[in-house]
Amino acid sequence: MIDGLIMIVLILIKLGVIFAVIMTMAAYLVLAERKILARMQLRHGPNRVGPFGMMQPLADVIKLLTKEDFLPDRADKWLFLLAPGMAAVTAILTFAVVPFGPPLQVFGHELPLVVIDLNVGVLYFLGLSSLAVYGVALGGWASNSKYSLLGGIRGLAQLISYELSMGLALVPVVMLARSFSLTDIVLAQQAAPFILVNPLAFLIFLVSVVAESKRTPFDMPEAENELVGGFHTEYSGMRFGLFFVGEYINLVILSSMVTVFFLGGWLGPLLPGVIWFGVKVLALCFFFIWVRGSLPRLRYDQLMHFGWKILLPLALLNVLLTGAVLLWSRT
Amino acid sequence: MSLWRDIKGTLQPFWVTLCNMMRRPVTVQYPEQKQQMAQRYRGRLMLTRDPEGHERCVACHLCSAACPVDCISMQAAEGDDGRRHAAWFRINFTRCIFCGLCTEACPTLAIQVTGEFELAGRDPLKLVWEKDDLLVDHGGHTPDYNFYRQSGVGVAAPRGGLPTETAPVDPKDLMP
Ligand code: SF4
Ligand code: SF4
Repeated sequence: MIDGLIMIVLILIKLGVIFAVIMTMAAYLVLAERKILARMQLRHGPNRVGPFGMMQPLADVIKLLTKEDFLPDRADKWLFLLAPGMAAVTAILTFAVVPFGPPLQVFGHELPLVVIDLNVGVLYFLGLSSLAVYGVALGGWASNSKYSLLGGIRGLAQLISYELSMGLALVPVVMLARSFSLTDIVLAQQAAPFILVNPLAFLIFLVSVVAESKRTPFDMPEAENELVGGFHTEYSGMRFGLFFVGEYINLVILSSMVTVFFLGGWLGPLLPGVIWFGVKVLALCFFFIWVRGSLPRLRYDQLMHFGWKILLPLALLNVLLTGAVLLWSRT
Repeated sequence: MSLWRDIKGTLQPFWVTLCNMMRRPVTVQYPEQKQQMAQRYRGRLMLTRDPEGHERCVACHLCSAACPVDCISMQAAEGDDGRRHAAWFRINFTRCIFCGLCTEACPTLAIQVTGEFELAGRDPLKLVWEKDDLLVDHGGHTPDYNFYRQSGVGVAAPRGGLPTETAPVDPKDLMP
């Protein structure tokens, strides 16, 4: 009885901490992105609110919360109100399967540092990232504006195209780890992280992930200078904020996924696992920001061309090769 | 090789941005650091005085005619010595676009630009500047220029009273 109670409390604490950490990370990623991009462009970035602008996320939240929540006249009301939630919730839900550390011993209980270790974690991740498309597509559709609609359609087409290569890039990982569970995948990288074992899959996955996060050079769905704001043109206040936060949570999640699948998750010498995990995720987040600062946006046809004619065949070839090597090494 | 070119073109920007990250930002932190404006910066306008300390403006309306947004207005008046001046002179700085065309139109170099640009405020009416606000006690960019030295002052009233002059014509005396 007492045991069960302690377990429930521990799990609740874990959930609370994870939620808080993700939210804080997303908020401060916005600040970090603005700061780093600014430095890359020889500016300072936000530095007025609090020391070094550290309170800027708070100011942004207050601003977003106090702004008018605008509903366009002929928008599809319920879908319009629902879409931002879809974007944010699917992003948060994905973190449920991410193992961010080795199991912890608390009061004689084994507390795994993952919300739930699904044995089909990879599929769960792929499924939720497909669901996330609905936020974009429905938001674009329900706003009843041409810019939003174009943004939504682009988002739909882009995410579907790149999801294919993303899924296919994960097949070699599953083949190597012989499991769909993310914890097992991390444990399978004891000898060497999969980035060394299969660098091609890593590259394909990385590119697909950047496309999945809808960021430059793949930010077609919200291309500011063609579509005003793309799928979130008509949104204001906290609903826009949800889209925005969802994007950055997504960034954290996708970085964690790259870490888990290819960089060996929490594994690493000397430092505790959680710290290794955090360092890897933050490094990847910096990489995403760096990409945004360096590369211009692709044209839509280039994007499709790259996805379907280069990434997809490469991913298929990679699956074939990995399978062949695995078979050959076993016999 | 276009593939090689593409790969190089993709990787090069990363190096450039990384280098830029290590450099110092060029931003001027405005309220704390003030920028030194250029000599000929076109900021707020002023009305200057000639070397003798008199108002230069002769209320010729050329500046208000030249102004593309019509923000200068004035009323001409004449002193006892025949010298023209503006009875009142008003510039609406909420409309002024700081183009400097008025200064180019001015024959007496009375209206000139200053380097001052911090005009922002909460009350728009405070930005309507009267002659007293605009007048300064120096010659601006051209301290030595003296229009009346060259042109002389017009004849003082009553006109046509000198022995060499004929009396002014009264156009109404032809009326039936
Ligand atoms: S600077 Fe230009 S806009 Fe301003 S008062 Fe002179 S002519 Fe008008
Ligand atoms: S153009 Fe010069 S002299 Fe003429 S009214 Fe304007 S300021 Fe006065």
